[in-house]
Amino acid sequence: MRCAVVQFPGSNCDMDAVKAINHAIGESADIVWHTVASLEAYDLIILPGGFAYGDYLRAGAIARFSAVMEAVAHEAERGKWVMGICNGFQVLTEGGLLPGALRRNESLQFRSEIATLEVVNAETAFTRHYRAGETIRIPIAHGEGNYYADEQTLLRMRERGQIVFRYAREHNPNGSVDDIAGVINERGNVLGMMPHPERAVHERLGSADGARLFTAIFESWREAYAKR
Amino acid sequence: MPSGEAQIGNAGQSEREASTEAAMEEPTAAQVKERGLYRSFGLTDDEYERIVSLLGRQPGYVETGIFSVMWSEHCSYKSSRKVLRRFPTAGPQVLQGPGENAGIVDIGDGLAVAFKIESHNHPTAIEPYQGAATGVGGIIRDVFTMGARPVALLNSLRFGALDQARNRYLFAQSVAGIGGYGNCIGIPTVGGEVVFDERYDHNPLVNAMCVGLIEHGQIATGTASGVGNPVLVVGAKTGRDGIHGATFASAEDPHAKERSAVQVGDPFMEKLLLEACLELIATGKVVGIQDMGAAGLTSSSAEMASRAGSGLTLDVSRVPCREAAMTPYEIMLSESQERMLVVMTKGEEHVAQEVFQKWGLEASVIGTVTDDGLLRIREGDRVAAEIPVTALVDEAPVLDRPATRPPYLDELLAEPKLTEPEDYGQDLLRLLARPTIASKEWVYRQYDSMVRTETFVRPGSDAAVIGVPGTRKALALTTDGNGRHVYLDPYAGGARAVAEAARNLVCSGARPLAVTDCLNYGNPEKPEVFYQFEQSAAGMSAACETLRTPVISGNVSFYNESHGVDIYPTPVVGMVGLIEDLALITTSEWKGAGHDVYVLGALSDSAGSRSRLGGSEYLAMRDPANALRYAPPPLDLDAEAALQRLCAEAIRRRLIVSAHDVSDGGMLTAFAECAAAGDLGADLNLAGDGQALMSLCFGEGTSQIVVEVEPANAAALEDLAAQLTVSAVRCGMTNSDGALRVSAAGRAIVNIDVAALRESWQGAIASWMQ
Repeated sequence: MRCAVVQFPGSNCDMDAVKAINHAIGESADIVWHTVASLEAYDLIILPGGFAYGDYLRAGAIARFSAVMEAVAHEAERGKWVMGICNGFQVLTEGGLLPGALRRNESLQFRSEIATLEVVNAETAFTRHYRAGETIRIPIAHGEGNYYADEQTLLRMRERGQIVFRYAREHNPNGSVDDIAGVINERGNVLGMMPHPERAVHERLGSADGARLFTAIFESWREAYAKR
Repeated sequence: MPSGEAQIGNAGQSEREASTEAAMEEPTAAQVKERGLYRSFGLTDDEYERIVSLLGRQPGYVETGIFSVMWSEHCSYKSSRKVLRRFPTAGPQVLQGPGENAGIVDIGDGLAVAFKIESHNHPTAIEPYQGAATGVGGIIRDVFTMGARPVALLNSLRFGALDQARNRYLFAQSVAGIGGYGNCIGIPTVGGEVVFDERYDHNPLVNAMCVGLIEHGQIATGTASGVGNPVLVVGAKTGRDGIHGATFASAEDPHAKERSAVQVGDPFMEKLLLEACLELIATGKVVGIQDMGAAGLTSSSAEMASRAGSGLTLDVSRVPCREAAMTPYEIMLSESQERMLVVMTKGEEHVAQEVFQKWGLEASVIGTVTDDGLLRIREGDRVAAEIPVTALVDEAPVLDRPATRPPYLDELLAEPKLTEPEDYGQDLLRLLARPTIASKEWVYRQYDSMVRTETFVRPGSDAAVIGVPGTRKALALTTDGNGRHVYLDPYAGGARAVAEAARNLVCSGARPLAVTDCLNYGNPEKPEVFYQFEQSAAGMSAACETLRTPVISGNVSFYNESHGVDIYPTPVVGMVGLIEDLALITTSEWKGAGHDVYVLGALSDSAGSRSRLGGSEYLAMRDPANALRYAPPPLDLDAEAALQRLCAEAIRRRLIVSAHDVSDGGMLTAFAECAAAGDLGADLNLAGDGQALMSLCFGEGTSQIVVEVEPANAAALEDLAAQLTVSAVRCGMTNSDGALRVSAAGRAIVNIDVAALRESWQGAIASWMQ
């Protein structure tokens, strides 16, 4: 599986994503600079966490105009897997590849801890190694993770299984509507989540629950590859 | 010498305004003297005369400005230099001692650790968010300047009591600023400490520490050598912010200081600068590189030339500026953040320019290295300043400040007489809710402690632990200090800060390597403050010698006072230790029920009956009016070293499953922390009653460690302790019924659910801040 981790100026979880891919599935990943115009060579594209362009305007609002984002949109359209983690999720909503928006945390404070999540949809290419309803522990670290979508959009998302992860009941760290922590597009190939699965790939990090996201996408790729 | 450019854009200003901030027409050398302008820069008459004799003429306006910052306390260490020379700085592990941007120690495998701590107290007192944020930014630059990749941040913080709105504001904003910078740049903030005491009202302490990893061959230094080599300023543009920050940091009352002297940080810019500088250093074309911190271009250029014994000619008109019509004076004294001074090999300027262009940053050649020993500042064709580097650095004043033992030290009483509590448990709950003792989760949950995915022990244990990528090794990191103890016994207090830091590392499974210190004191011109400084530094030195942890970097912050009250003398020790194998990482929380709980280290002092309550947080809680009237317990450094040997060896032999040092709050607090963090209770027994029991439960005698042992290993631990002649007393056992029960001589003194302990301990700071 050929993996790309996009590096914007200000990305800071890029190397963590590379390490996690390596650790969880033994694959290497290329760091791809934000000026690159084509991502055709890659099967999985990760938009990592960080503070692209400093996030001084609104998280992800500038990064989505990077040259590389056209390539990301193009590959998403072609059915490639795209995964936005934290800042990457913000870039994907800003760029219109995922529904909704991420506002400042209700507390107006940055929040960093290991969050407890519920796997809502375990049938996506990314989550097939979890069980529906399973409780997993994945770190969060963000100041703007308060997910919002209007009622109509939410209804539609619920119907189509687009809500993939929720924060555990009573443990919503940021005020997200419907406790939403991660969502997927209708087609099921673009995932965005505020929690950091790449920070939970072995027990010394406090949890290994994130590793299954990478093993799941790897298996999905192998199946797709075998078909081709 | 008229300067055409300098006048543009200032035409509308009145002459009076211009003369205060060096715009408009620059005053002549004669005017600097006649009008006594040098005094407003912080130079004394004596210092001015010294400059005249060193130069053999009157200094011009820009030259006076340059001297004033280079000779300020902040840059010259004129009050502290003689004392600092006495610190032990050598050891087989030391690759770079004090004098560079950061110290470096060897950790084997061709790898090394660079680290340093630095204060940003004065800016934080005025503008807490930016003050704290730029403190973090500055210390990160000090580390990557050495060629090291910054991998962890820690912060040692002091604020006034939280019942004052101003203190809550300073606290909340400082924490937000630290988080804002560290989170954005992507370096985990993994540890530190926060203490609250009214002595820090309006004068908070923000000491930031950065730790970096480096390969031996990649070490860069701040030297400007090689005649003809180009000098570049790289990174952010230069603005008018922070002019005279170094001078203000050396003045008394923060409220008299100007907000405009506080810099504004841009962590995004620094992230780019960090990546670009590391990429540039890796090319091997860099001769020297130095952070532009306090006193900006002035001190970076003078220090780089001084280390190489060279000279520099710089043209300020080639420095990229953020604002129009900046004068040479402003450019030389600006403390705009996120800038570095780089000397490249001649002909390789383009390498720097290519790397920086990729990151969207500027790299501008502004001058060359010379061999004439002069710092020559030009503005185009005009020479704005020409000063021998030795006059700025080597000839900077070194003061022999008088030191007088403060009378209060001889009036301290031996033993506080407190009525014994009916229920020790209730006092324990109150103590756990004191902000100084309480869990600092409210603080550290605002810091990204996990980015880089090497944080193996997150904030909240005795020390933070981060992995060394590509090896089985890890680093344990801590900062420690206790101003009240130092105030009550400067020598022992200084030693104690070192001992506690080392003990925290040992409890985490590490061998302490070296110290970086941040020395925060009041006004050094007061002989009693200087005595505190001298004595506590001597105590630190003694402990560093005994524990073999040389001082490799550090910083001094004087004039921490407001409204005439000096802070407690507060030396803060940052320490780094090496864990040889990940399997040895040990944390403080209790791990399982049915394990034996031991206290290592003597339960009473050799004198037998001496109270440990002097200086304690418990005494401050029970009798605040008299909290400073009693002597703290003594520290036996040899006993401390033996205790640490025992703990280290017990961890190496895998005899213990958790270890927690007894410190602020005393032994019951230590038990409660092990219980609350591990969500396990225990049934424990202590001896004694009355004053002795209170002293045992709440005293802060230190040199004690609470350890948890699987019963099968208890005999081996006792044997090892006997062999090393350290006391190891079995106090009881962890339980599975969720209650912490302590009895003394058959009497139940504590019986509390762990959930209740945790609620007091965890919720206290949040409840103040809501």
